[in-house]
Amino acid sequence: MNFSDHRLLIANRGEIAVRIIHAAQALGIRTLAVCSEADKLSLPAMLADEVMVIGPARADQSYLKAELILEAAKQMNATAIHPGYGFLSENADFAQAVVDAGLIFVGPDAHTIRQMGDKACARTTAQAAGVPVVPGSDGEIDSLEDAIAAAETVGFPLLIKASAGGGGRGIRIARDANELAKEFIIAQSEAKAAFGSGAVYLERFIEKARHIEVQILGDGEHAIHLYERECSLQRRRQKVFEEAPSPALSATIREQLCQKAAKLAQELHYKGAGTLEFLYDDTTEAFFFIEMNTRIQVEHPVTEAITGVDLVQWMIKVALGEPLSIQQDDITINGSAIEMRINAENPAKGFFPSPGRLTYLQWPIGEGIRIDTHLFDDYLIPPYYDSLLAKIIIHGQTRQQAFERAIAALNETQIEGVLTTMPLHKALLQDPAIKAAVFDTGTLEVWLPENLHKLIEKEKDDALTTH
Amino acid sequence: MATLDIISPLPGVFYRRPSPESDAFVNEGDQVENTTVIGLIEVMKQFSDLTADTQGTLIRFCVDDSEPVEPGQVVAIIEIQE
Repeated sequence: MNFSDHRLLIANRGEIAVRIIHAAQALGIRTLAVCSEADKLSLPAMLADEVMVIGPARADQSYLKAELILEAAKQMNATAIHPGYGFLSENADFAQAVVDAGLIFVGPDAHTIRQMGDKACARTTAQAAGVPVVPGSDGEIDSLEDAIAAAETVGFPLLIKASAGGGGRGIRIARDANELAKEFIIAQSEAKAAFGSGAVYLERFIEKARHIEVQILGDGEHAIHLYERECSLQRRRQKVFEEAPSPALSATIREQLCQKAAKLAQELHYKGAGTLEFLYDDTTEAFFFIEMNTRIQVEHPVTEAITGVDLVQWMIKVALGEPLSIQQDDITINGSAIEMRINAENPAKGFFPSPGRLTYLQWPIGEGIRIDTHLFDDYLIPPYYDSLLAKIIIHGQTRQQAFERAIAALNETQIEGVLTTMPLHKALLQDPAIKAAVFDTGTLEVWLPENLHKLIEKEKDDALTTH
Repeated sequence: MATLDIISPLPGVFYRRPSPESDAFVNEGDQVENTTVIGLIEVMKQFSDLTADTQGTLIRFCVDDSEPVEPGQVVAIIEIQE
């Protein structure tokens, strides 16, 4: 298809805005950047064919203001809007407003965003499509007798959760039937006292789980999966280091997981790029759907590295009406890829933010290296937005080769003027447990205090060894 | 009367209240202690407390609620209790 009549507005900033501009330009589409006052001298503003300042620095007065984005789209004669990630990307009302304004929203329709954005609704939808969810009781449980009966199917250890609870409150753990008998009564009275309702339900407690997510891509007619990403290394529920494929899955489990995800995407008539997130239990090899993200994700490049598919270009193409010409059989895994998120934070001081002016910047060069970034020499990193500066993505024929290349790449990388999370990645790449892929979503929280001494910025000549 | 300038050590956004619906931490004319939180500085989505660091009366805020601040900028002035 010829897209040259299209004008794509990018409703985002930072590295993802740069990524989208590159993808659109490769398709011959004119790119329109919108930015805040603080981002006038940003890389997306410089790279886009046209740029408009839409509001002050604060995101809630600029990037998060749907009416400002829509007004800019009108003035700039945009034909389509790409929301990137974060900001308005999963706002169903925004997606609908874009369509109501006569423009194309690069992503699924508002109905799908709403349906999969609601956790309970997403859970029901997944179940209906035969995708396993975390086992739980069928609704609320009133009596201890019913609780014991329900525990037969839910399994131990389990959580007794207050229906009205949330944010980690109103939860008790029971490891066997005896504990359940004791804790159930307490949970009921606590729930009544704390939330005014004694209603509780049971859910399996998955103690040591990995976060594994499946990439999907659809054109509204048919949908495929692009295998999984392993994103267990997290700090405060924020992903730090991702890889594809997951080193934890057997070929059989991988096929089961990914086929189930593709089936769900197919049943949703999904349009665009999306991600299904799962918890995975190494010991039982069981996986459970937790939620869906109806947008492009930060860590999408590791999937692109192993599949050779440009997800952002495909998002744009299917949004503009091109059918998905790749079939499931076309998707194969080539080697292994990792992504290191380089944030402007000081890992030695509790990851305290470090905005400021870059004084020196040097990226690594070599086989298998991809850098997604909005940094440039002398760039003043504003304090108003998140701290992601760059993603260093490394591809190798094996996971070990990717790790070796990553160490060499980090040794070559110089970001001066601000503190970054590079020392964390240098330490992770050399850690025996990380190298052996022995970790779960709780690992990094324990690892960080134990390895604090490794996170202090080292001298420039203190190079790493690759043994 | 001696006064002390409370300076933002960081670039970011200054907030006078813990959440948009809450009351201000302190108002002009209020008594403050060393540990009294007078506001928050948001830097890259992380929030840090800004404390009075002296005992006295907060006589004036020099930055409005939810306004950007630069490092070294005076946020408030406190009249020190002798």
